[in-house]
Amino acid sequence: MTNRILRLIAVLFALALSPLPALAQANDFAVMVQALGQGGFPDREAAMNALVATGDERVPPILQAMSDGTLYLRKSDQRVLFAAKSGSEFKLTDPVDGSDAGTAVSADIEKIKVNNGLRGKIRTAIGTMTLLSPDSASRLSAAQSILKNADPAMLPLLDSALAAETDPKIKSTMDLARAVIVLKSDAVLDDKRAAVDTIAAHGDQAAQTVLVNALAAAPDELKPVIQTGIDAIGRNLQLWQVAQNLLYGVSLSSVLLLAAIGLSITFGVMGIINMAHGEMVMLGAYTTFVVQELIRNFAPGLMDYSLAFAVPAAFLFTALVGIAIERGIIRWLYGRPLETLLATWGLSLALQQVVRTLFGPTNQMVSPPSWMTGAFDVGGLSITWNRLWIVVFAIAVFAILQLVLNRTALGLQMRAVTQNRRMASSMGIRTPFVDAMTFGLGSGVAGMAGVALSQIDNVSPNLGQGYIIDSFMVVVFGGVGNLWGTLIGALMLGVGNKLLEPQFGAVLGKIIILVLIILFIQWRPRGLFALKGRSIEQ
Amino acid sequence: MADKTGTMLYLDGVSVSFDGFKAINKLSIIVHPAEMLAIIGPNGAGKTTMMDIITGKTRPDDGEVLFDGRTDLTKLDEAAIANLGIGRKFQKPTVFESQTVWDNLVMALRKPRGVFSALFYSMSADDEARITEILDTVRLLNRKDDFAANLSHGQKQWLEIGMLLAQDPKLLLVDEPVAGMTDSETVETAKLLKEIAKTRSVVVVEHDMSFVRDLGSRVTCLAEGSVLAEGTLDQVSANPVVIERYLGR
Amino acid sequence: MITQLILRALDKKAIWLVAVLAVIAIGVPVLNLVVPEGNPLHIPNYAVPLFGKYLNYAMLALALDLVWGYCGILSLGHAAFFALGAYAMGMYLMRQIGARGVYANPTLPDFMVFLNYKELPWFWNGFDMWWFAFAMVLIVPGLLAFVFGFLAFRSRVTGVYLSIITQAMTYALLLAFFRNDLGFGGNNGLTDFKDILGVNVQAATTRAALFAASAFALALAVVICSAIVNSKLGKVMVAVRDAESRTRFLGYRVDNVKLFAFVVSAVLAGIAGALYAPQVGIINPSEFEPGNSIEVVIWTAVGGRGTIVGPIIGAIVVNLTKSIFTSGSSYIAAGLVILIFSGIVAVASGWTKGLIVIAASIAIPVLYGLYQLALYGSFKLPALSDVWLYALGGLFIFTTLFLPKGIVGLIAQWRTMTTKREQHDRNAPSPADVEAGVDPQPNPAE
Repeated sequence: MTNRILRLIAVLFALALSPLPALAQANDFAVMVQALGQGGFPDREAAMNALVATGDERVPPILQAMSDGTLYLRKSDQRVLFAAKSGSEFKLTDPVDGSDAGTAVSADIEKIKVNNGLRGKIRTAIGTMTLLSPDSASRLSAAQSILKNADPAMLPLLDSALAAETDPKIKSTMDLARAVIVLKSDAVLDDKRAAVDTIAAHGDQAAQTVLVNALAAAPDELKPVIQTGIDAIGRNLQLWQVAQNLLYGVSLSSVLLLAAIGLSITFGVMGIINMAHGEMVMLGAYTTFVVQELIRNFAPGLMDYSLAFAVPAAFLFTALVGIAIERGIIRWLYGRPLETLLATWGLSLALQQVVRTLFGPTNQMVSPPSWMTGAFDVGGLSITWNRLWIVVFAIAVFAILQLVLNRTALGLQMRAVTQNRRMASSMGIRTPFVDAMTFGLGSGVAGMAGVALSQIDNVSPNLGQGYIIDSFMVVVFGGVGNLWGTLIGALMLGVGNKLLEPQFGAVLGKIIILVLIILFIQWRPRGLFALKGRSIEQ
Repeated sequence: MADKTGTMLYLDGVSVSFDGFKAINKLSIIVHPAEMLAIIGPNGAGKTTMMDIITGKTRPDDGEVLFDGRTDLTKLDEAAIANLGIGRKFQKPTVFESQTVWDNLVMALRKPRGVFSALFYSMSADDEARITEILDTVRLLNRKDDFAANLSHGQKQWLEIGMLLAQDPKLLLVDEPVAGMTDSETVETAKLLKEIAKTRSVVVVEHDMSFVRDLGSRVTCLAEGSVLAEGTLDQVSANPVVIERYLGR
Repeated sequence: MITQLILRALDKKAIWLVAVLAVIAIGVPVLNLVVPEGNPLHIPNYAVPLFGKYLNYAMLALALDLVWGYCGILSLGHAAFFALGAYAMGMYLMRQIGARGVYANPTLPDFMVFLNYKELPWFWNGFDMWWFAFAMVLIVPGLLAFVFGFLAFRSRVTGVYLSIITQAMTYALLLAFFRNDLGFGGNNGLTDFKDILGVNVQAATTRAALFAASAFALALAVVICSAIVNSKLGKVMVAVRDAESRTRFLGYRVDNVKLFAFVVSAVLAGIAGALYAPQVGIINPSEFEPGNSIEVVIWTAVGGRGTIVGPIIGAIVVNLTKSIFTSGSSYIAAGLVILIFSGIVAVASGWTKGLIVIAASIAIPVLYGLYQLALYGSFKLPALSDVWLYALGGLFIFTTLFLPKGIVGLIAQWRTMTTKREQHDRNAPSPADVEAGVDPQPNPAE
């Protein structure tokens, strides 16, 4: 009793001292919250109603806590607090301003009890407050919580909220919640049928669970309807699942396309396999890392645009490395494709070791810019921004390369050399120059692929190794001398892999793809889009 | 067309195209046993493609290719066709450069071609005599232990002709045999081919008109994948179309 | 017929090689077992399986050379056949453990008990019998090579395409063998071997016997390969390598020739693997790594492809070098190896190229030291084991650039310079020259 008086005095004192109305208001609110801890159930209900009348957004969580039994009264100072059990103690938080209020053992605090009647009223109160709240996020969460609890008492409230709702997404959730409640209630059969249809039309995993739960309790005449609904949702979900896998496949395809397209160019024009191609990708990823670190240290404001600098930097750097390799090693091995393969393999070992020496063997952290983080939903699909941007990037790189090959002088010369090296040479095309430029271009594209890969994979010295065999497969599958072949090859491999994955698992799926390619090669030894004609034959 | 029986090589209505380009267009040619046919024609007339079709390297899109009046060559691969008795000398001499002249002929010598026959093969005195004889014919006896790579261009041509002889074929397809040869070598080659043609069928593709005249055989002129004119060299070279399209005025 | 074949196989070079191998096969075990410890000629116990391993590698390289050096098929998946042979032997050795495993299960190997297998997978049946297992050592790699080669050669997959799909083959096997549910021990592979043919696999005498077996197997491989390459088939193989389609127009079935060489080669590789497994005491999926197969290629190239002795020399030399770099800490030994290699390059392709090799070898530690200097203010040499990958990479690059004929090619070149027939042999084209495209091709511009 003395405590209470003391506390009252303290509050009054504080009120008297407070110079600002805002603070006074805050204290009003605090007093109203404290009132929840006093008196019997009717007192609590009155306190609750007073709180609800404020329309304050802090009220619903407090009421929810009271309903959940996590709202406590501290005996020492009669404060109403959130309490979360941690170990043998309770961690206390002030519900008014969210500040930390220390810890307490169970003897020091007392749960603010609610009975069933009150709990129902609390729920309605929360529902009213949130369902009609001007804030759309809290309306959505309210609708979702009603959907979860499916309390028939909420039906009238829901109906009035539904009539006022304009946001289609919230409206659809409310619709679903309403249907679920109707299904649970003792409404007439026709209403229930309509409810089942509404739920089935919703078509996601949650709706399916609702129907499955409802099936057992449903009257016999409703059961077939529900079953049909479940099946319809199942088909729908399966469709979305396939679509999602297709999407993963397209995403993987774009990565494969980026990694393979440079290889395809050098293989097509020069007839050599560059085993160090994966290391060019790796160097591109490390360039991204270096560019990011430079920006972090010298121009942190540009962090979100670091990729815009990394792409040209990676292209130029790896292109220069590529030209150096071509001039230093590969040009001495022309006409000996198998030996080129060996020399470039040796080069790949050395390049990996260089990077290991300079940067260490561990993964480097490349942080994604803000516009590449997160995900969004389309229907039943979940799409991450980074994957989407990589698809866009791959398409852009593909389109630019097509332009370079088909609309520039270098492209024309490259195509000429691809089709008939000797003839091109005698037409006055400087084939050594074309070779160097081709190798530079192929390596540069690999570097750009590295920029993309740095966003989704570990940037480590072994980065390139993980992609090189898949890239070969894409090139072999698509055939050389035609970028469309590479595109189709990447799509088939990527999508095929992801479609097989749910059925067989990732590893077995990959093995199946490899075996299929080995078999495919038997059928088309020069790939899907091989050039035909006498001069091409070996 | 004419009767198939009694022909060594019978092509009728053969066509093939590469990416829309008609390399051979309704070509029909007949070669009889122990007969020589010289084929002339401008570049791109389809002479080499025709040989590719006969030897199984290229499959025709359409038409009939028969050997010995009955064997359909379009169904067989290169090795099977070679084993039937069709030998081919390439335009660019292709011998096995890293092996000796002798070994080149050992491989060409008509013997069972199976893997195990080759593995367990050991040379009999007859085989040795036969190879020596061929070497003598193509004048390479004194170079039998040299690597083929070290032969002159003309000598490689002769070695390839020697390999053809060793194969003992019924039909020889000889693509530009005298390119890169001196005049006297050319004359010798013509003599040799005429000698061969007494017992076998020979098809020679050549640009060198004096050489074709030396051969004194029937001549067919090809252009744009089909036959332009046929007859003796004089008849063909008098043909106005041939003059316009190939020989020039 | 057979005797003739063998007689032909044993030309002068092969006789010497077989004799040397026979001496090694007997000499090393004697020096290990009979000569007492402390005697300078004594070979320590640890060295015997190490040398045995080198001989297995040499046999693998010889097998690869039969298809690459003689038949022009660059297989980038030969370690797969080696590993399959090793796995077949490993399965036999696992069954021999019996109830002595950690879980003391009389039939199931430890890893199966661990992975909750209830019974032996069907393909493990029979591997408790040595003759069955030994037959599988030959059959499994041979069958894989047959099926793979049959499909690939029939469809005329050649050149880099073939190389890449052989690599895909070993990669697919790598992924498969990593899986626990394949029944080959997954990641850990097969290990903890106890007995082979009833004797302890760890015993010094067994190790000596395995070494002798490795040497004899290599000698046998030399005779087989020699017999093949000296026969008319060998000439045809070289013809296929140099001018594949020309060979076809001679009437030879090129696909069959290749298939024969490929299968023989795979079986030889399998035998080498089977001898390897008990000597190193473990076989795991990493043997299927594509990198391993490519390393075999470089052994062959360093020694000299298209010769019988070359791959053997190459495998032993490269692996000895690897031991010097990765286990030893002797910079002097490593430097000597580099000097010798530079010397070989200098003799073979001229002193400028030798100097390039030396310059590259010096540049790497110096650059590393300068990097350390810039970063930490002290000049520090890299650890020798870190240099090995540079050395291996350099070996690949410089061998293909400057030593296309390998060490044996150098010896041959040296010998011709001292004989009268120099003119001829020096002009003999190497496989490398021929690869440069002498394949018959009707001129496209007819």
